[in-house]
Amino acid sequence: MPVVKRLALTLTTLWLSAQTALAAGGGGEYIVIVADTRKLTGLMAWWANLYNESHLLFTLLTVVLIPVIGVIFGVLADYIMHFIGIDLSSRDLAEH
Amino acid sequence: MDWLFVLMPIAGVKIFWPGLIILGIGVGVIGGFFGMGGAWMVTPGLNILGFPMAFAIGTDIAHMAGKSLISTMRHGKFGNVDYKLGMIMLIGTVVGFEIGAQMIMWLERIGQVGPVVRWMYLVLLALIAWMVFADVAKKRSKEREAVAAGKEVDKLSTGIEWHKTFHKIKIPPMVHFPAAQITCTAWLPIAVSFFTGWLAGILGIGGGLIRMPALIYLIGCPTHVAVGTDLFEVMISGLYGAASYTFKGRTELVAAIIMLIGAAMGAQVGSVATKYIKGYGIRIAFGLAVVGCFISVLLKLIPTYIPELYAICDLLATVLILGLVAAMSIYITVKMVQGAAKEVAMKKGKV
Repeated sequence: MPVVKRLALTLTTLWLSAQTALAAGGGGEYIVIVADTRKLTGLMAWWANLYNESHLLFTLLTVVLIPVIGVIFGVLADYIMHFIGIDLSSRDLAEH
Repeated sequence: MDWLFVLMPIAGVKIFWPGLIILGIGVGVIGGFFGMGGAWMVTPGLNILGFPMAFAIGTDIAHMAGKSLISTMRHGKFGNVDYKLGMIMLIGTVVGFEIGAQMIMWLERIGQVGPVVRWMYLVLLALIAWMVFADVAKKRSKEREAVAAGKEVDKLSTGIEWHKTFHKIKIPPMVHFPAAQITCTAWLPIAVSFFTGWLAGILGIGGGLIRMPALIYLIGCPTHVAVGTDLFEVMISGLYGAASYTFKGRTELVAAIIMLIGAAMGAQVGSVATKYIKGYGIRIAFGLAVVGCFISVLLKLIPTYIPELYAICDLLATVLILGLVAAMSIYITVKMVQGAAKEVAMKKGKV
């Protein structure tokens, strides 16, 4: 067995035993939510599977998607306001 | 009517999606106008739509980050965001928030967290409401005195001017904030943001409701700059919060995106409305929102002492919050439409 594989196997075993020990010691109250993918298809199923498989990837994608979608919707709303004829670059009222 | 419902892939519940858009519009308008995230308004709304509580907070924070980004972009173009002030305040906010959160853990251990937090929140809201209306009353009295003395009313005058006392502190480094047009010691915004961050950490809220008046009354920002700079802070803390809650598996991105469709429109309306409403108009409306929040927290506190009133108090709090969101967003939208119509008519008149 190659060294890398053996190391990975050892680390996994250690990690799993630590988890089991923690669970036995009262750490079992931590709730793990699993998405039910049986009724989902396409993009929704892929998204739910990603949630089940890796919270880290799921988080990274969420944190990237929120600002991107925000900017897209913001620019779209900007375009509509410009189209109506509102000046979106200055504000006359300056008082406190 | 099945098409009006969408299955949430993570939470596994079917949600009425037009309701999410309407909620997004409402809190988008109010958030863009007042410079706050508005979590206290979103959570009961999500609850009514049938959202599981485990996902309500994370989803709310995720949509809040996107919505604040849109509002910050708009306010930034109006010159309402003091980025330098916002960045300096971030230091105090983060440190203060963490200390506040640790104190909550300690209170939890001694079993005092619920009543202490609710009562603190009530006292704070009462103080903010008093501050806003005392300020308005003082400004009006100054205006009346000026008129009686035959002097011209100073449009830039303010009622409560505590910030002038704080600006006398000259501990280096002294910093100039160009958008806010103030020069003060860097320790002032750091101390204020530490205090507001600490309070937000203890109360478990985003902090916009506290930071916005603190920016006005303690640091001396003009109202519009306070709104814009606060939104910049909400945007950054919202992104951090979204990452934290998502990593814990408590965010339903599909719902956040649907809410963002409404919030994007709402945030633009709220932000552009500040163009047509004077600073003191914003302060008065903000004061009313704080009073609404105060009553809703009080209604949630009553069943702690009289448990049989739980159902009626819960219903009243929900009706009050949703009614407040509807009334305020309609008022702000009407003002924005009136202002925009006037502006467009004036432009046409010039051509």
